This record gives sequence, structure tokens and C-alpha cells, in this order.
Amino acid sequence: MSAIFDIDHIALLARLRLTHAEKDKLGRQMETILGYIDQLNQLDTADVEPTSHVIPIHNVFREDEETKPFPEKDYLSLAPAEKKHHYEVPQII
Amino acid sequence: MHQATLLQAKDGLKQKKFSSQELTEAVFKRIDAVEDKVQAFVHLTRESAMQEAKEADKKIAAGEDAPLLGIPLALKDLICTEGARTTCASKILDQFVSPYDATVVKQLKAAGAVIVGKTNMDEFAMGSSNENSWHHPTLNPWALNRVPGGSSGGSAAAVAAEECIASLGSDTGGSIRQPASFCGITGMKPTYGRVSRFGLVAFASSLDQIGPMTKTVEDAALLMNVIGGKDPLDSTSADVALPDFMLALKNQVKGLKMGIAKEYFTSGIAPEVAKSVEAAIKTLESLGMEKVEVSLPHTEYAVATYYILACAEASTNLSRYDGVRYGYRSESSDNLKDMYLNTRSEGFGEEVKRRIILGTFVLSSGYYDAYYLKGQKVRTLIKQDFEAAYKQCDLIVAPTSPLPAFQLGEKMDDPLQMYLADIYTISANLAGIPAMSIPCGFTGDNLPIGLQLMGRHFDEETLLTVGHHFQQATDFHKNFASL
Repeated sequence: MSAIFDIDHIALLARLRLTHAEKDKLGRQMETILGYIDQLNQLDTADVEPTSHVIPIHNVFREDEETKPFPEKDYLSLAPAEKKHHYEVPQII
Repeated sequence: MHQATLLQAKDGLKQKKFSSQELTEAVFKRIDAVEDKVQAFVHLTRESAMQEAKEADKKIAAGEDAPLLGIPLALKDLICTEGARTTCASKILDQFVSPYDATVVKQLKAAGAVIVGKTNMDEFAMGSSNENSWHHPTLNPWALNRVPGGSSGGSAAAVAAEECIASLGSDTGGSIRQPASFCGITGMKPTYGRVSRFGLVAFASSLDQIGPMTKTVEDAALLMNVIGGKDPLDSTSADVALPDFMLALKNQVKGLKMGIAKEYFTSGIAPEVAKSVEAAIKTLESLGMEKVEVSLPHTEYAVATYYILACAEASTNLSRYDGVRYGYRSESSDNLKDMYLNTRSEGFGEEVKRRIILGTFVLSSGYYDAYYLKGQKVRTLIKQDFEAAYKQCDLIVAPTSPLPAFQLGEKMDDPLQMYLADIYTISANLAGIPAMSIPCGFTGDNLPIGLQLMGRHFDEETLLTVGHHFQQATDFHKNFASL
């Protein structure tokens, strides 16, 4: 697998702003951790099915029951900023 | 009073030896006396607890009964409690107050429990020492210069320091069992799907399970009766009949086959740990159990597999912390993208960032097959190891951790070494099987050692049976640290 680890690209994907020192440290640590993870290549898994879930889960259905929704204010009051019944955020474009 | 086990407290309340208010006051008195040293809690819910105790006393006086009526319990701070803070030991959720109760909290309240507070943890349950808490580290009651384990270190330390009668933790790669082992208590990770995850702040959704952390196996059985079961609000909770776990305590152990896997006694294990676990196996043999050698050949790949899968799931689960709907928001942003970047960079701690980066990488374009898919395939092999082993035995007996509690700071500079501390607990999460840690000895320095019992899917009962018989034959679980 020997990956080319591009810390700037990954940090952007993860929406994390990292300092130079953090990038240096994380880059080195990722090298060690990914080096350790590379031991999985010792295993031939060509014919092995992946497991995403340990217990068999198929579609889960239930009756469509009417329930009382949580009041809007319970949720909006948790927001760092709100205005006129909406979440408020800084300029988007 | 605060020294009571859950069953003893229940009995005392029933016999009217003390009231729930007296018991709860005794627990808070104990907290006031030792919490400065142990720092097991993130916050206490003293007022609501005293109110709940008062209600419980009214019900007791009216002749009502419920499984946990009037019993003071503590909850790991990633289990949502309506009206009280749930911080996940993270700056990003520091002021978060959940608008609803987790299903387990509803179940505990319906069973009459008194919630005394929320316990410390590694941030977002990522860690094995509690040193990754944004609030403060928790210290091991047995040695205050050592870690209590993690990530449910606060829940373990609170039980071990007798600051609550029992607690709940959560276990994604060993986060109930390893701290239970380090603090000398009983801790069970149930089968994946046995306990609802609704209201449990998600770390790795295919691995997380809530479970009891208690002074005895009997207490764990009683709590399992309350928190188990199918929940319509968690579509991954299993529609499997919930047995009466208390009845399992009465089953016989004679003739049960315990599997011993050489992969759990590798060179990294501390000699004192190996010695105690071997002695525990002899004790179980003397109770009539049979020893069978089994092999779990993919054990050495478990840590690598886990860090791919758990971090991948974490990186997606934690993308919800964007500073928009709840939690911390950085104030110094001119536009939305900056707000995301600043909020997440200021709000998450170092270990959380590390895991988000690793998880984002293994899911990123070009690397998905090489890492994430590979991890899922090795997960299948690990699961198959257990399926093969359980054809030969009824449960597997192993150490919980290769080492006793380590010193504060000892592994903080080397994340891989910290990850490897979970080498014996991770496989159970990957396979989804139930596993429990119970005290089985002490090192020369008087640090607790844990014995791990791993069972078949949905067979917590055998673990409880064996664990209970072991505790009937030994006194390790009756030892408490002097604080």
C-alpha cells in the first residue's frame, strides 16, 4: 500500500486547520501508524467478503406512528447563533 | 453505606436500613471526601439526584418496587441526559445540554435509578488512559500517579473509589474492560446490538456498545436486565429475546469448556499478569470447567484493522461538529468555510484530530480499497476465528490487558504504543461478541489485574455464570483502594 500521505489535502478534506508544527508531528506519526497498518498486506484477502456489520441487519421497518416532535426552540436554543427561526452562519458566498 | 454493592444497596433500601436520600447523601459525602484526588467526574448532578432520591423514597414507602429504585449511579459523559451537560470531554461539546435522554437513561430512570453525575473520559472515547480528556485527567484510585485506563476511566475510577454504587461506560475497542481491569472492578461489553445506542454520542457506530461497570458480576447482571433490549430508535439494536440475566448466575459451570488461545499470551504480556491469569484458569478448572486449547490466528492484525475501521467511522461521525447547530463555534471567522475550519481546529483535541486525519485518509479517493476495504476483509477473518473457536469451547478466557495501569504521561508521546495497549480487547468489538473483565489478582505494587471472558454472540449469560462463580470462589473483587 505504501501510501503517499498528503497532509494538506487530508486536512482540507477533514476541515481541520493545522499549524506547521501539527502537520510535522501528524505527518511523522501517520508514517509510523500506516507502516504498522501495512502488516495487513501479509494476508491474502482476495476471496474474503468484507464485514461492515457484525450482526445480520436487513431493512428495518416499523409502523409509521405519529409522535410529537421536539419543539423547535429546544433545538434552536442549542445553536451558537440563530435568527428568525433559522440557524445563523457567516457569509457563505 | 457508599461501600454497598448494587444488590446490597437494594437490600438495605428494601429492609429500610436506610433511605435512598441517606444513601445518596452518603455517596455525595464520599465524593466530597475523595474526588479531589481521583477526579472521576466531569460534573455532578447533586440537586436532581437528591430530588430523584426523594421520589424513590416516596415510592418505596408506597410499597412500589423497581430494579434500581433509589440506587445512585454514574454515567459516562457521552450518554445524553436531558437537561444536564453531555460534553464527551471535548471543548466542542463543553456547553452542550441534550434535549433528550438516551434510551439507556430512560431505562435507568424508569427502573428508579438516581443519577449522581457524569464521569470523565478520553475525548470522544478516543484513548486508553483518560489523559485525552479536555477537562482534566482522572487518576487511578489504586495509585494516584497512574492512569485509570480508558476511555471509560472516570466510570471505572468512580466505582473503584466508591463514589457511586455502579456506573455505565461504553466500549468501542476495550473502553469498558481495560479501565475495569486497571481499577479492579467488573465491566461488561455486551454483544453488539444488545443495548440501544440511541443517545450515545457516536464514535465508531459498528463497534460502540454501552455496558455496566460494577463492583460485582451480580450487579452487572442486574444492570444488563435494565439496559438490554430492542429499541425502535436504534435500528442496529437486535431483536433478540432478553433473558433474565440474574437467573444465569444460578447456572452451573461444571463441564463448561473454556478456550485458551496462545495468541493472548504473547511476549508483550507482563509476567505478573500472565501469572494471575494462569492462576485464575486453575481456579476455574477447580470449579469443574474444562480447559481447551483454541487458536485465534488473526489476533495480531486486530489493532491495525481496528484503527482503520474505527477512525474511518469516527471521521464521518465527527463531521457533524461544524459549529452550526450545536456545540462550540469559533468566533473569529469571516466566511462559512473558515468557520468550519476554525471551529473544528479549536474544538477538537490532538488525539481526535489524529484519528479524524487517519480516518479521512483511509476513506479518501485512491486509498479506500487498500485500507478501508482491506480492514473490512480482515475483520471477517477475525470474526471467523471466533466462530471456529466456539465450535470447541463455550467461552474464551484471556487477560484483559497485557499490562497493569501505566503511569500518567508514560504513553502520551507515542500513539502507536497507546493503541497497542488495547491488543487483547479490540477483537471482541470487531467480532461483535460480548466480553467481560473481572478482577483476578494484584501485582507486587498492588495494582489490579483483570481476567477477560469472551462469549458467543448474545451469550452474555455464560460470561455472567462463570464470572459469578469465580467471584464466589475468590476475594479479588472485594478489595478496594484506600484513599
